[in-house]
Amino acid sequence: MITATHYLVLSLLMFGIGLIGVMVRRNMITVLMSLELIFNAVNLNLIAFSFRLGDLSGQILAIFVITVAAAEAAIGLGLIIALTRLKNTVILDEANEMKG
Amino acid sequence: MDFLVTHFGEILFYSFAGIVLVGAIGVVTLKNPVHSAISLLATFVVVAALFVLSHAEFLAAVQIMVYAGGIMVLFLFVIMLARVKGVSPDQAFLSHLVPVAVVGGVLLTALVAAGVLLGVLAVGDGAAAAMQAVDGVQVGNTEAVGMVLYTKYLVPFEVVSVVLLVAMIGAIVFGRRDRFIAESDGEVGS
Repeated sequence: MITATHYLVLSLLMFGIGLIGVMVRRNMITVLMSLELIFNAVNLNLIAFSFRLGDLSGQILAIFVITVAAAEAAIGLGLIIALTRLKNTVILDEANEMKG
Repeated sequence: MDFLVTHFGEILFYSFAGIVLVGAIGVVTLKNPVHSAISLLATFVVVAALFVLSHAEFLAAVQIMVYAGGIMVLFLFVIMLARVKGVSPDQAFLSHLVPVAVVGGVLLTALVAAGVLLGVLAVGDGAAAAMQAVDGVQVGNTEAVGMVLYTKYLVPFEVVSVVLLVAMIGAIVFGRRDRFIAESDGEVGS
């Protein structure tokens, strides 16, 4: 029997892998892709709880997450285009004007 | 065969979960961004399959259309536009992959056919099982989601459309070519 716990563990593993990708990778495109993995892990969580509780609110929230993820992808990829025009690179460490 | 029929849900979940994890690890570890993107595409499709397993059929369709159809194409376009090293496809590499692709396609078709057959054996007609009750009326998943989305969550829905508009304008502003030229000339952007 597959319970909500199975989905939550899978979601946790996906979230962890995505988080590692965001922190470790230096290529901005791969960082954005890892971010999408995190969004998907959250959606899996919402769907699992929606199924477990028999409440559709989780699915509605997942729709909103997908919308925001699409907006984030458009903005992030626009930033990548701007970065390649300005510095001719997608490596995050080379965009260091702010000395952060 | 009996084991397959009785444990159909478990087998599907564990196979999908395995593919999702392998795909996710591929996204993070592969050097070439195009390979990462393909790995991410596989992950998205299998997550959609997991949505179907938890009776979120409408979201599975949305996941395929928005993520696999929209966002992935956007990613691949940007990878090409940004001209990242090692992205140009190597002809020899691709032609040597043809037999692998054929075998993979045949295996996938066989897997889907076996899954459909086993699914019919395990649950019979799935349409009745997929019905959900909203206000005491039995409706399909898409109809149920629509009813909740356009009544209880109408205001957040409208707010999200504003978020999309802002994101669209932002993406256009970031992507404008004359933006940096105007700044480097010391002029006010047109």
